[in-house]
Amino acid sequence: MKSASGFAAPGARQGSALNVAAVRADFPILKDSVHGRPLVYLDNAATTQKPRAVTDAVTDFYAHGNSNVHRGVHWLSQQATERYEAARASVQTFLGARSPEEIVFVRGATEGINLVAQTYGRARVGPGDEVLITAMEHHSNIVPWQMLCEERGAMLRVAPINDSGELAVNEFARLLSPKTRLAAITHMSNALGTINPVAQLVETAHARGVPVLVDGAQAAAHLSVDVSALDCDFYVFSGHKVYGPTGIGALYGKAAHLAAMPPYQGGGDMILDVSFERTIYNKAPFKFEAGTPHISGAIGLAAAIDYIGRWGKNAIAEHETALTRYALEKLAGIDGLRFIGTARERTSVVSFVLEGIHPHDIGTVLDQEGIAIRTGHHCAQPIMSRFGVPATARASLAMYNTRDEIDALAAALRAVVRMFNR
Amino acid sequence: MSDLRELYQEVILDHYRRPRNFREAEGDARRADGFNPLCGDRVTVFLVMDGDIVRDVSFKGVGCAISTASASLMTEALKGKTRAEAETLFTRFHDMITGPGAGSAETESLGKLAVFSGVRDYPVRVKCATLAWHAFHAALEGRGEPVSTE
Ligand SMILES: Cc1ncc(COP(=O)(O)O)c(C=O)c1O
Repeated sequence: MKSASGFAAPGARQGSALNVAAVRADFPILKDSVHGRPLVYLDNAATTQKPRAVTDAVTDFYAHGNSNVHRGVHWLSQQATERYEAARASVQTFLGARSPEEIVFVRGATEGINLVAQTYGRARVGPGDEVLITAMEHHSNIVPWQMLCEERGAMLRVAPINDSGELAVNEFARLLSPKTRLAAITHMSNALGTINPVAQLVETAHARGVPVLVDGAQAAAHLSVDVSALDCDFYVFSGHKVYGPTGIGALYGKAAHLAAMPPYQGGGDMILDVSFERTIYNKAPFKFEAGTPHISGAIGLAAAIDYIGRWGKNAIAEHETALTRYALEKLAGIDGLRFIGTARERTSVVSFVLEGIHPHDIGTVLDQEGIAIRTGHHCAQPIMSRFGVPATARASLAMYNTRDEIDALAAALRAVVRMFNR
Repeated sequence: MSDLRELYQEVILDHYRRPRNFREAEGDARRADGFNPLCGDRVTVFLVMDGDIVRDVSFKGVGCAISTASASLMTEALKGKTRAEAETLFTRFHDMITGPGAGSAETESLGKLAVFSGVRDYPVRVKCATLAWHAFHAALEGRGEPVSTE
């Protein structure tokens, strides 16, 4: 794994083990109780909790820094603009992009994908063309392409996965046809935990002249990302899944693509000059940021990226990978438990079903124990069909989770089994 | 987990493990599908009316313990009821699991269905308990389109 560049910070030498107790102390919510039990938060693939550094950055901005950006000559507006653009530079470094102009602020991964579909996609995809995705995509990386294909008279192709939940790489390559205009693949599956060999997939697609969008919504928190090395054309992620605020995320796009793409929405900030006869659009990334942006969100996201950098992504990833292994061992011994998703390359997500017990019931019982997991289809219904289950239970890990919490999960699951088989 | 026993009563677990009337209806049945997007549960309710009387009601589908047991107990409760009685039962049932605490007389009139009174304390599970009832209602009204809890 490549190391995240530029994140060395005092107190967290790269390579040293993560001090989880110290991490936990930074997250106020982890001291809270639910139903009289200490909170065990294992729904991090849905959204992560926020460290004090992030909530402070957001509060401080509204308390002392609030102003609109790119508009005022006054001091506060200049400050806000500087901080907003500094946040863009943080995201640039976080993703390994070559320049801040390649970073567009969006609401999240979903909006990033829709933006690409509605601008780049619309301009590029025509009748009879194809868009290629995989069978392990989140609905956010299915539906925008379906909508585009429907509108343009194009075909959506789906590369299959095997019984372990790994992408059939050969099939993916086979499905890249002369008609393929774009491939959209997830870096890491939210329902299975599978990590895709994205570098290899990008290379394969590029060899056929097919550009690639990578959905990094899950990967951004757990894996080091370097879009320049990866050479992907687009990369999206959501701030709220990397310890940042909701409502903010980023789209990375290669500069040449962004420059050529038509704008997304119309409004203020995305223009240079407007008359009733014609409008001259601003350059990227501003061309894609119509209206007042989520300024505090961007500042909060930058604080989250700083926070991750303070510990080091490698140390975080090591901890999470070890904890995932521990969880798999611990849960494997439970009566009637079957894992959904057993890929070799995986991290931080453990999906499972219990024989004869519906995930929804598991979720309710665990909730009474203060344990938050996700149950349902995880916005990935095609994956559920693939594995022949209506739903799964999913425990998903973050940097602050501990072995004790996995033990609590395992104990509660055994109690569920006893209760339903009494 | 003591209060969970209120929710997952023995009767509920029994009907979850061995649902009654878990089959397609014989003959000329009306049918309606119910879908809970939250958990992916699907139920199809089959209904055979004899004039104003529910002659047969049955169901198929996959669901959690609450939704499966609720469908199962519903089919038992509805057989032989008039249309009006069935509607009243649904209303009472709905009131019991959503209300601030129905009168004991009303809960009593629900018979075995009273085992679902614990659902009141788990608002996110109300949709599970009512899914089959909504589908039954749609079948009764002869509506073809699937009902969704959302
Ligand atoms: C793989 C993946 N893609 C996309 C998304 C959508 O993210 P958001 O809802 O933040 O836009 C998610 C969120 O669950 C996800 O896990």
